[in-house]
Amino acid sequence: MLENYFPVLLFVLVGLAVGVGPMLLGWLLAPNHPDSEKLSPYECGFEAFEDARMRFDVRYYLVAILFILFDLEIAFLFPWAIVLEKIGMFGYLAMVMFLAILVVGFVYEWMKGALEWE
Amino acid sequence: MEYLQNLFGYAWPAVWALAKIIAIVGPMMLAVAYLTYAERKVIGYMQVRIGPNRVGFKGLLQPIADGIKLLMKEIIIPSGANKFLFVLAPVLTIAPALAAWAVVPFTPELVLANVDAGLLYILAITSMGVYGVIIAGWASNSKYAFLGSLRSAAQIVSYEIAMGFALVGVLMASQSLNLVEIVKGQTGGMFSWYWLPLFPMFMVYLIAGVAETNRAPFDVAEGESEIVAGFHVEYSGMAFAVFFLAEYANMILIAALTSLMFLGGWNPLFDIAPFNWIPGFVWLMFKIGFVLFLFLWFRATFPRYRYDQIMRLGWKVFIPITLVWLLFVGAMMQTRYGYLFH
Repeated sequence: MLENYFPVLLFVLVGLAVGVGPMLLGWLLAPNHPDSEKLSPYECGFEAFEDARMRFDVRYYLVAILFILFDLEIAFLFPWAIVLEKIGMFGYLAMVMFLAILVVGFVYEWMKGALEWE
Repeated sequence: MEYLQNLFGYAWPAVWALAKIIAIVGPMMLAVAYLTYAERKVIGYMQVRIGPNRVGFKGLLQPIADGIKLLMKEIIIPSGANKFLFVLAPVLTIAPALAAWAVVPFTPELVLANVDAGLLYILAITSMGVYGVIIAGWASNSKYAFLGSLRSAAQIVSYEIAMGFALVGVLMASQSLNLVEIVKGQTGGMFSWYWLPLFPMFMVYLIAGVAETNRAPFDVAEGESEIVAGFHVEYSGMAFAVFFLAEYANMILIAALTSLMFLGGWNPLFDIAPFNWIPGFVWLMFKIGFVLFLFLWFRATFPRYRYDQIMRLGWKVFIPITLVWLLFVGAMMQTRYGYLFH
């Protein structure tokens, strides 16, 4: 079974090559005359002030944390969905319990306003 | 064939696999190039104008000309940028978009790697694409790029949840992670495809696919009139072209996955005489083309969503809908009407 993944690995390498190849070709063929004005970051024509890597909204963190939780949830749902025929009513109700607990958390986030943007 | 086999010896499986990969990637890149042409043409006709028609017959050489133009343009690496990450970002965006095709079946036999965890692999590899966006925005050291990448990353991960739930629905119906098995579960006419029993999930998957690929009407991250071009504002020349190709490669991938999981893959529209004469491969291509046309149509039709509306749609509409439908399908499978859902 594992040898089935060899072409997949090869495909990933080809994918990387398709990214690197054209850029290398462009770097070889295109002109390259940098000057300080050309290399300055674009801010609609004005001089850039301070560093761009600044503070940002905490809500992006919240979304990232929620994503991790829900992605875990999906990871638990995948095996359940495949064998649902075999585990029957008991398996179904067990997952309903699990989802109910997560939904309580989700409703809490919702009511707290973690999903509000402005 | 045997002569070649002897020539390469132990390297033969690798060489043969590489030949097949090139046979997939080559037409893929051509399709990507001509999708940009199709987009300009389709939107042109929708706006009662002609679109590119000067370069070559009916403008058919336009993508080639665009490619050569971008090849000859200087790649500017802005001062203050992290050079290594700046160059790495486009590569990290296009590699997953292409690598996902390793497990995509074109017909029951025509598949490079028929792995059992195919769907899991696709979910894993496509979620790598977000790294390219984040790295590009951070490495540029430009405020627009930084904001664009934050927005884009938050949007992509939000819609990935809804997509994941929609995929769980497909798994419940098909009982397999193998893409060939999933399509085989939909054998027959259009009424045995999964779009019907999983209709809400099909809609969510299709719309989330548009959002995942940062396409209009969910293109705030690029928002050319607000933050100029989002995460790739500082990219030029071939570095930009690689981003551009990755976006269109992702579109084709999403269209292919939608066709395979909800629109019956290579199964004919109706399983009767004139329809099932057409080979399955043609049906699949036709379906992918149809979904791609929808992508272009959306762009020509809808105004851009506001960012708070996008996040609200992703978290407060799509996730509850898919969750409810998931539980509904699960409950129905416990009754004697379960056959309707798989």
